[in-house]
Amino acid sequence: MRSIIKKIKGFIDNGVDPLGDEMLSDLEYTKVTENEVEIAPKLRREPERIKNRKLANALYTVSAIALCFAMIVILTWNVNGLPFFGGADTLVDSEVGRFYIENGLKDTGATNIITPIILSYRGFDTLGESHVLFIAMCAVLILLRSAPVNPENHLQAYDAAMESDEPWEDDILKAFGRVLMVLIFVFGLYIILNGNTSPGGGFSGGAVLGAGFILYLNVFGHSAAVKFLNFKTMQSVTAAALVSYSIFKGYHFITGFNEIESIFGNGTPGTIFSGGMMLYLNIFVGAVVSMTMYSLFVMFRKGDF
Amino acid sequence: MEEINALLLIFIIVCAVSVSLSKTPLSAVIIFMAQSLAMSVVWILLKAPDLGITEAAVGAGVTSLLMFAALKKIHAMKDVPNEKHNKEN
Repeated sequence: MRSIIKKIKGFIDNGVDPLGDEMLSDLEYTKVTENEVEIAPKLRREPERIKNRKLANALYTVSAIALCFAMIVILTWNVNGLPFFGGADTLVDSEVGRFYIENGLKDTGATNIITPIILSYRGFDTLGESHVLFIAMCAVLILLRSAPVNPENHLQAYDAAMESDEPWEDDILKAFGRVLMVLIFVFGLYIILNGNTSPGGGFSGGAVLGAGFILYLNVFGHSAAVKFLNFKTMQSVTAAALVSYSIFKGYHFITGFNEIESIFGNGTPGTIFSGGMMLYLNIFVGAVVSMTMYSLFVMFRKGDF
Repeated sequence: MEEINALLLIFIIVCAVSVSLSKTPLSAVIIFMAQSLAMSVVWILLKAPDLGITEAAVGAGVTSLLMFAALKKIHAMKDVPNEKHNKEN
């Protein structure tokens, strides 16, 4: 306990206030110093332990610095082995990269080559990533849930708890928020829908959308946000998007593996409805990512569901 | 273009060092945010606009917001004067 108090003292002296409200008052401060005098003889009886601890601290510092330098050396050494950036003959010795560039447009009909790599050639990885995001959301929900859960109406209890922590009413913030939010939502939707023709895609567009939702929550408060986005819609949108993604991807694997003609076709390269099912997959990934970002923020903000 | 790239890379290194040297967690998060923003411009200069958008949205936007929320939760950030609370008290 004494070491913890000393640590807090050190934090306060360095200008850091880790516990805020529980900061030591002057009275407690003097108490600590009095206790120190009492405990001091006890400490003198076990100098071995203190010596060991000092040795361990020194060892820790030295090994941390050594590890950092080792990592720097290893990473710098590996960077030398990478192909030269932008060189004309960089792709000659990379069979996979050359295959993607030569056959990407013909195979998938998407002009942005990153999207078919993420969603078609390596669609299985993206499916896993979406599930990892969903699991991360569930894990944060489990870890940060602090309020006693009432099984009968815990959704209403959650909404009531959120309303007590409304943001500061600010007219300037609201006026700017109204203008910015439209731009952010339109930009996020643009990135998602044009994932197969221009830079972007489900993940980046979903992150922009999620940031827009967070801005909405911070500007207009929880009572306005919960009208269209409560816990239930968040969960159902995420689950529905994940299930649809899995079904679409399963169809894609079956048709691709057996060389059956897919009902989606490749479309005209350069239009929104090109690249087969990539548009729909981008929409699903975007929904999962935006909902995850938003719910992570909600849980960090209030800490209970 | 080369000069801008070099300037941004130097800025990123300075930011990365000053994050660990900054005294308060709040300023560390803000410096981290600036580093992410410079990094997103570097991605675009390296002709990876996909990564640039993601870095700007996730690195500079959502991650910093989550850190701000966490700082507020552990009371490491000074409270903004809340009009509603002041009226009640």
